[in-house]
Amino acid sequence: MSVDLRLVGLRKEFPGHDGGPPVVAVDDIRLEVEKGAMLTLLGPSGCGKTTLLRLIAGFEEATRGEIWFGDKRVDRLAPNARDTAMVFQSYAIFPHLDVFENVAFGLRMARVPEARVRERVGRVLDLVGLTGLERRAPSQLSGGQQQRVALARCIVLEPQVLLFDEPLSNLDAKLREQMRIEVRELQQRLGVTSVYVTHDQAEAMALSDLVVVMNRGRIAQVAPPQDLYSRPNSRFVADFIGKANFLSGTVVDTRTVDVAGARLPLSSDAPVAVGKTVDLVVRPEAVVLRREEGQGARGVIARAAFLGDHAEYDVRLPSGDLVVAHEANPAERGMFGVGDQVTVTTGPLHPLPPEA
Amino acid sequence: MSRAARELRLLARDPLLLGLVVLVMAALLVFVLYPVLLVLRHSFVTPDGLGLDNYELLAQRRLYRNALRNSLGVATLVGALSVVFGYVIAFSLSRTDVPFKRVMHNLTILPIVSPPFSGAISILFLFGFNGLVTRYLLGLQNFSIYGFWGVVASQVFTFTPIAYLSLRGVLAGINPTLEDAAMNVGASRWQVFRRVVLPLSLPGVASAFLVVFIESMADFGNPLVLAGAAFPMLAPQAYLEITGSFNLPRGAMLAAVLLVPSLTAFAIQRYYIGKRQYVTVTGKPTASTTKAVGPAAKWLLYAFVLFFGVVVVAFYAVILLGATTAVWGFDYTLTLRHFRYVFDVGWDTVKDTILVAIASTPVSGLLGMLIAFLVVRRRFPGRGAMEFLSILNFAVPGTVVGIGYILAFNGPPLILTGTFLILVLNFVFRYVPVGIQNGIAVLRQIDPSIEEAAQNLGADGVTTFRKVTLPLIAPAFFSGLVFAFVRAMTAISAAIFLVSANWNLMTVQILNQVGSGRLGVAAAFSIVLLAIVLVAVGVIGALVGRRAETAATVRF
Repeated sequence: MSVDLRLVGLRKEFPGHDGGPPVVAVDDIRLEVEKGAMLTLLGPSGCGKTTLLRLIAGFEEATRGEIWFGDKRVDRLAPNARDTAMVFQSYAIFPHLDVFENVAFGLRMARVPEARVRERVGRVLDLVGLTGLERRAPSQLSGGQQQRVALARCIVLEPQVLLFDEPLSNLDAKLREQMRIEVRELQQRLGVTSVYVTHDQAEAMALSDLVVVMNRGRIAQVAPPQDLYSRPNSRFVADFIGKANFLSGTVVDTRTVDVAGARLPLSSDAPVAVGKTVDLVVRPEAVVLRREEGQGARGVIARAAFLGDHAEYDVRLPSGDLVVAHEANPAERGMFGVGDQVTVTTGPLHPLPPEA
Repeated sequence: MSRAARELRLLARDPLLLGLVVLVMAALLVFVLYPVLLVLRHSFVTPDGLGLDNYELLAQRRLYRNALRNSLGVATLVGALSVVFGYVIAFSLSRTDVPFKRVMHNLTILPIVSPPFSGAISILFLFGFNGLVTRYLLGLQNFSIYGFWGVVASQVFTFTPIAYLSLRGVLAGINPTLEDAAMNVGASRWQVFRRVVLPLSLPGVASAFLVVFIESMADFGNPLVLAGAAFPMLAPQAYLEITGSFNLPRGAMLAAVLLVPSLTAFAIQRYYIGKRQYVTVTGKPTASTTKAVGPAAKWLLYAFVLFFGVVVVAFYAVILLGATTAVWGFDYTLTLRHFRYVFDVGWDTVKDTILVAIASTPVSGLLGMLIAFLVVRRRFPGRGAMEFLSILNFAVPGTVVGIGYILAFNGPPLILTGTFLILVLNFVFRYVPVGIQNGIAVLRQIDPSIEEAAQNLGADGVTTFRKVTLPLIAPAFFSGLVFAFVRAMTAISAAIFLVSANWNLMTVQILNQVGSGRLGVAAAFSIVLLAIVLVAVGVIGALVGRRAETAATVRF
C-alpha cells in the first residue's frame, strides 16, 4: 500500500499572551497514513488535535516540519491549492447558497463545465441521500441534512485527503450513531484517505482503521482500535480509552503476576522481567466475580449499580485497592449486594511500560 | 379567554408594572406619534379648511420640486459613496493585519461625536470663497463650493463613519469558517471575497445604504451651510418656510414629503432586509487565521483608510486653525478672541446645552432599558405597537419632529414651547431608539430563567428589573447613554425649532454664526463642543469599563 499522507516532525507554536513564551500546540508529530485508510485524532480538548487538522488543511502554518500528500510536499501551499476537503464542526454551509450550489461550490472554483457539475453533484447528492432537496436553503434543513450537505460538498471534489473536524458533535445521540455508520461506509466505498478529529472515543473506535491518541500536543499512541483498547502504552491512554483498573503487581513468571497475594494471569505480549514490580491495566469487563471461594483475591462489594445491560461494582480488595467490575446481563443473572464477599479473578493483566 | 385579556390579567397581578406600561405607552403616544400626526394633518391646512392645496404647490412651484429632487439625489449618492468608503475601511481594519488599527478606527469615527456639520465648516474654510485651497493654493476667483457637490462632500464625510460602524458589525458577523471552507474547496482569495464574503454582506450593505439615505434626507446642518440659495433642499426649505415666511402649513407639507422616502427606506431596512440577514449556524468559534487578501490589495485598501484618516485630521486641524485665526482669508494672526466670545457672550448657550444634555441623557438611557425589558420580557396588549413607536423616531426626520413639537405643544393642554422641558423631552424620545435596540439585543441573550428565579424568590416585576435586569444590561445601558449624550450635544434639525431666547443650544449658535459669516466664532464653538463631548464620552467610557466587569461576574 502506498502512503497518502505523511507528517514529518511537525511543530506549531502560537505567540504567547502579552509577549510571554510561545505556546506549543503540537510538537514532534510523525505520522503515515496509507491510501484509503481512516485515521482518527483522539484526545481531550486542548490536546492539539484540531490544530493538527488545520495544519493539514493549511489554515495554520507549521512552525517546523513537513506535510506530504503522496509524493507532493504541501506545507507551504495555500489552503485552496491543497487537494483536501474538510467537513467543519459548524458545517460552514454557505447560508446564501442552496443545497446544490453549496455542493457545487468547489467544482465551480475549479471551473468544471456545467454539464459535469450537474452530473457530479447529482451523483453525490444521491450518495448522501439528499436527492430532491437541491433547491432548499440551508436554513430549511435539519441538522443531519446540513451534515450531509457539508459531507457532499467535500466528497464531490474527490480530494486526495478528506478531513473531518468533529463533524458529528452537534447532532443528537441517535443521529450521531447513524451518521457515524454512514460516514464510515461512504469513506470505505470511496476509498478516500481520511483524517478525523474527535474527542469521543466510541466514535473513534467505530470509525477508524488507526487511532492516534494525542496528549498535550504530542502523540501518545498510534494503534488500531482493538490494540489501543487492550494494549494501551501508558496510563493516560488506558484512562482515556474506556474505563480501566490500575493495579500494582509483582511478576511471578512470564504468565503470572502477584497482585496483593492473589495470582492473576499476565498478558504475554509485553515481556517483563521476573521479580519486577509493574503497573497493570485490566478492563472492568475482564474482571470476574464469583460468590464461592477459590483461586483469586477475596473482596467485598463496596458499591453496586444496575445499568441495564450491565452491572457495575466497586470491589474492595484486602489491600484497600478498589477494583471496578462490569458483569453482563444482570437482569437475568441477578446482582451482588453491598457487603457481599466475592472472589475476584481477571483476564490477562496488561503491564504498562514504566512512565518516562 | 382571549390572549389580550389573559395577558392583561397577568399584568394586573403586578400593579406597578401595569402602571409603568400605561405610562410609557401614553408618553410614546403623546411625544412620538401625536406630533407626527399633527404635521401630517397640518400639511392639509388651507385658508379655507382642509385640502390638497399645499401639495399642489409641490407640482406647481419649481422651488419645491427641485428641493425634493435635490434631496433625493444627494441622499442616493451620499448613501452609495458612504457605503463604499465605509466598506473599504471596515474590511481593511477588520480583515487584514494592517498597523495602527485602533488609531485609524478612532479617527474614522471621530466625525460621529462632533456636530453633524463640522465637516461643512471645514469645507468652507478650505474650499469657500476665501478657502485655503481654492483661493490661496489654486488662486480661483469664481469657484463656488455651494450646491450639490459641497453638500455631498460634507455629508459623505459626516456619514461614512456611520456606514463604517454598521458594516464593521456585518463583516464581524460573518463566520470566518465559511471563508476557510471556501478556500478549502479551492477558491482563491478573490473568489472567496466575491462568492462568499460579498454576497453574505450584501444585506448589511443595503441596510447601511438605507440608514445613510435616511440620515442624509433628514440632515439639516450641512445643507443649510453648503446648499446655497440656488440649490434648495427639503429639510432647510421646510425650516425657511416656517421661520422665514411664517407659513406653517407649507413647512408641514414639505416635512410630510420628507417623511415619505425616510419611512419607506426605514420600512425596507427593518422589515425586508432585516429578515434577510444571514444567521450562520453556530459551532465552535474558531478565529480564521487565513489571510483574507494579498499584500498588494491590502496596502491599496489601507491607503484609502489612511486617506480618510488624513481628511479627518485635516478637517479638524482647519477648524482649530479657524478658531484661533483673527479673520480667515485676510488676517491670519493668532488670537483667542473667538474663544473669549464663546465663554463670554456664548456662555449661557454652553451652559444650556450641557444642562439639556445632562438632563435628557439618564432619562433616555433608563427609558430605553425599560422599554427593551418590557418588549422582550413581558407579554401585554400593544407590545408590538410599543416597540414600533419607540423606534419610529429613528426614521422620522428631525425637521418633522421639530415642526410637530411646535404644533403640539404651543397651546393647551400642554404649553411647552420655549421651555427647558421641551428640549429635554425632544431629546429623550428622539434618541431613545438606539438604547432600546442595544437593550433588546443584550436581553435576548440573557437566559430568562435568571429573571424568573428573582421573581420566584419574591421580587416583583419592577424590583426584578432594577436589581437583576438592569445590572445585566449595564453595558448596553451605558452605550445608550453615550449615544444619547452625544446626540443631545450635537443635534440640530429638531432642536432648531425648539430653542428660544431663554434656552439656546450650541449647535444652533454655530449655525447662526456661520450664517452671519463669523466662521471663527463658529469654529471656536465647535471646538468647545467637541471637547465637552470627548470628555463626557471618556468619563462614561471609564464607567462602562468598570460596570462591564461587574456585569460579567453577575452573569457567570
